Amino acid sequence: MTDTRVLQRSASDGAFLPRGGPAGGPGSPQSRSVLELAGLRRDFGSFSALRGIDLTIAPGEFVALLGPSGCGKTTALNCIAGLMPLTGGRINLGERRIDELPPEQRGFGMVFQSYALFPHMTVRKNVGFGLAMQKVPRKEAEARIDEALSLVRLHAQGDKLPGQMSGGQQQRVAIARAIVIRPPVVLMDEPLSNLDAKLRLEMRAEIRRIHDAIGSTTIYVTHDQDEALSMADRIVVMQEGMIRQTGTPEDLYERPLHADVAEFMGFRTRIHGRVRSMQDGRVTVEAGGAVVEAVARNPVSVGQTVTLMIRPEDFLATAERTSIGGTVRTIEYRGRAFFGTASLADGTDVFFRSEMRHSVGQAVGLSTPPSQILVFAEDGS
Amino acid sequence: MSATAASPQAVTPARMSLRQRLAARGIDSITLLVLPALLALVGLFVYPFIYGLIVSFAPKVGPFYENYHKFFSDPFLRSTIWHTLALAFPTTLLSILLALPIAFRVRLMRRQRTLTTILLLPMTLGTVLVAQGLLTYLGPHGWFNRVLMLLHISGRPLELTNNYWGVFASLVLTGFPFTFLLTLSYVSGIDPALEEAAATLGGGAWNRFMRIFLPLLAPGLAVTFCLSFVQSFSVFPSAVLLGAPAGSTHVIAIAAYQAAFEQYNYSLGSAIAMIMGGVQLVIVIAVLASRQLFYRGPVGGTKG
Amino acid sequence: MIREDGLAGRLWRIAIWAAVVIFVLNVLAVIAVVVIDSVAARWFGTWLPPAFVTHWYSDAWADFQLSDVLIVTFEIVAAVVVIAGVLGVTAAYALARRNFPGKQAVMLIFLAPLLVPPLTYGIPLATLLYKFGFGGTMGGVILANLVPTVPFMVLVMIPFIEQIDPRIEAAARVFGASTFSLFIRVLMPLLLPGILAGLLLVMVRTIAMFELTFLTAGPTSQTLVVALYYAVFASGVRAGQEVDVMAVVYMASTLIWLLIALRFVSPTQIVSRAKQRA
Repeated sequence: MTDTRVLQRSASDGAFLPRGGPAGGPGSPQSRSVLELAGLRRDFGSFSALRGIDLTIAPGEFVALLGPSGCGKTTALNCIAGLMPLTGGRINLGERRIDELPPEQRGFGMVFQSYALFPHMTVRKNVGFGLAMQKVPRKEAEARIDEALSLVRLHAQGDKLPGQMSGGQQQRVAIARAIVIRPPVVLMDEPLSNLDAKLRLEMRAEIRRIHDAIGSTTIYVTHDQDEALSMADRIVVMQEGMIRQTGTPEDLYERPLHADVAEFMGFRTRIHGRVRSMQDGRVTVEAGGAVVEAVARNPVSVGQTVTLMIRPEDFLATAERTSIGGTVRTIEYRGRAFFGTASLADGTDVFFRSEMRHSVGQAVGLSTPPSQILVFAEDGS
Repeated sequence: MSATAASPQAVTPARMSLRQRLAARGIDSITLLVLPALLALVGLFVYPFIYGLIVSFAPKVGPFYENYHKFFSDPFLRSTIWHTLALAFPTTLLSILLALPIAFRVRLMRRQRTLTTILLLPMTLGTVLVAQGLLTYLGPHGWFNRVLMLLHISGRPLELTNNYWGVFASLVLTGFPFTFLLTLSYVSGIDPALEEAAATLGGGAWNRFMRIFLPLLAPGLAVTFCLSFVQSFSVFPSAVLLGAPAGSTHVIAIAAYQAAFEQYNYSLGSAIAMIMGGVQLVIVIAVLASRQLFYRGPVGGTKG
Repeated sequence: MIREDGLAGRLWRIAIWAAVVIFVLNVLAVIAVVVIDSVAARWFGTWLPPAFVTHWYSDAWADFQLSDVLIVTFEIVAAVVVIAGVLGVTAAYALARRNFPGKQAVMLIFLAPLLVPPLTYGIPLATLLYKFGFGGTMGGVILANLVPTVPFMVLVMIPFIEQIDPRIEAAARVFGASTFSLFIRVLMPLLLPGILAGLLLVMVRTIAMFELTFLTAGPTSQTLVVALYYAVFASGVRAGQEVDVMAVVYMASTLIWLLIALRFVSPTQIVSRAKQRA
């Protein structure tokens, strides 16, 4: 699969940090290499945290691993970093197999959830740690530290201790420390989860800017779909140790392939129904005591039990009974529009949007354009 | 009425009650809870300490400094300082050097409680029991010498009791658990993510230890050293039972005890006890002062 | 959680485990020697004694008046535990919750007894106790043993109390709890593991405290450890096996409490709040 945006970006990168130095060592121009994960497995006794992850990441790509907590995304990241040994599978960086190397020989940059800044070192010492490990000459190291600090806009704070800085600043130091070694891949483990909402929004843009500026490959672990959608070139949705779907943010948002992924992408209403007829890519489904028309993207057959999924903002409630009838249970104003929940005749709870304030208990009609309904075949039908 | 009550004069400092003034300085009924324990220690520790200091300057004969003069001019008494230090320094250092790598291992274990309990076992034995056990165990016919001879490490039984080495062994055995306990708590207080971060930045095992762990552990190790050193430095029963109390293990505690309770010279006994405390204090201050050279702050991570 | 799988890493690991094994074997051997000798008919110059008997236990019980010694030990230890517990917990609470002028000095007074050799203050303290007529009595022994145990209890309890969110206490206050019922109904249940651990360690320390008890005890106020010292010191007067019987009794009396203490808290928690990542 070729992503055109990735190709455009890789053409423009390499502009910020000069690439050079001895070949072969970490941080040398390996950044041009593809990172290939093949059948990654990680078992803890009888529990499998990763059950075979296959993923190829192009140079310069920003990939988000997205999933609920416990889905194995952090385990995957730790395995890539070498902090946790694999129990199966292979990791290749270009031609080189790296899964048996200890973390210090992989040369990846990592940003930890808790930042993990060395509390006894100044910001400059923290950032320079990786360079000292690589025995980069002092003069060059100083120049690269300056460069990295100005990239994260902390140039003036180099002599502070991490404990004297705010959470957002610490986060920037952690990023500078990870990128100063010019790693082929930067790994980020929920780096924004300890920040407040406003700072989180700022840092999203900031991280994407830094990624573009240094042209590195980034693997970004998060459980927040907004973060993933807004930052990543490609999103990998994980669940129970497996990849459920991979695709661009638009792909995932518009065309989730599984009901679980759809729910994660905001399709909150689930209505069970049965396929009545199919014609010209349109399906007619009997659901919630009404007949609903939808665009079929996934294969279903007549007579099959299916789940319809609809986003609240696409499910409009009106006073007249058009298609599906429901009874309003709750309603709240969210600026511009009202959002609420209603019960259908068969007891299904749905989430809807409305232009007016309905009263609780009122009967409403719910409708949605056929193109905004997802139809998934139910297992075992 | 209401107008005057709300006027500024009503809340001038002069009108504040004693309770309010104390509360402003952080003293209230909860602060007073510290008093019973504080009074007990003032009566049982501070007062006797000062009393001992005064008594030590009131010798039976001679000028006020006679006891101190006697201690430092009598080679038999003076040498007790070296005898004690010669036991306390190596045993404390050995305990720490042993405890540090073991604590690093134990930290990674899932079932650390069992091993820790076993390692803490000698703490319950106490010095007297260990001395009694070692007398037999390290004796010429004891298991230790038998194993050495069985393995042909030594041709004849080593002399390990009633000398320096018997006391040395007993101090390591009884001192290690405490040292280990403290070291383990400091080691496990360091956020594991720091080590992981260092590793991803290219730091190998040696660099991770020297650049991350050691600087962060140094203040804790200094405290550990002091607390363990006190125990070794106060060595008394094992030096009598297991050592050569008239010779190489004539430690300062024995000298103080003999002066006070065998020669009934409380003044000299107190003086020796003060010297003992003084030497200890100098070492503790020196070690703790060296902590200033290191980072002192939270090591659990940089959050918050 | 980084494992070194290189050759050096493996050798280092083996070396550490070897050190642990050697240490533990020596400890167990010392204990075994004492236990075996206490049931040996006669043991000299062989790996194991030729025959085992149990009569040393009844002999020692009679010769050393062990039941008296045990009762005295129990009474002294119980008194020290109760007093140190009450004084220690209340002081620790004040120190954990309040900042007041002179707090540094107060902390120093609580730290000093743990940093000064027991004999340094033990000798003048014993002198004073004899002067005031407490010397050689159980009261004197109890007072002397409070000096290291009260600060110990304070220092153990401070981190435990700091762990408790002050808002819990604020909530109790808002709902009308007085200081006393706050202690009894809210703090005690929360602090119970810490208090029990601290008290059990105070117990072990008091049973094992030789120097202070030795200096202040008279013939009727000896604890087990001092009686054991005299027995070892005067070995030759009685059969060595009888001394070992006393050592076994002593060991049992401390070991039980340590094992119970470790049931309640993890060992490192005693000194600080340990953080272990799963």
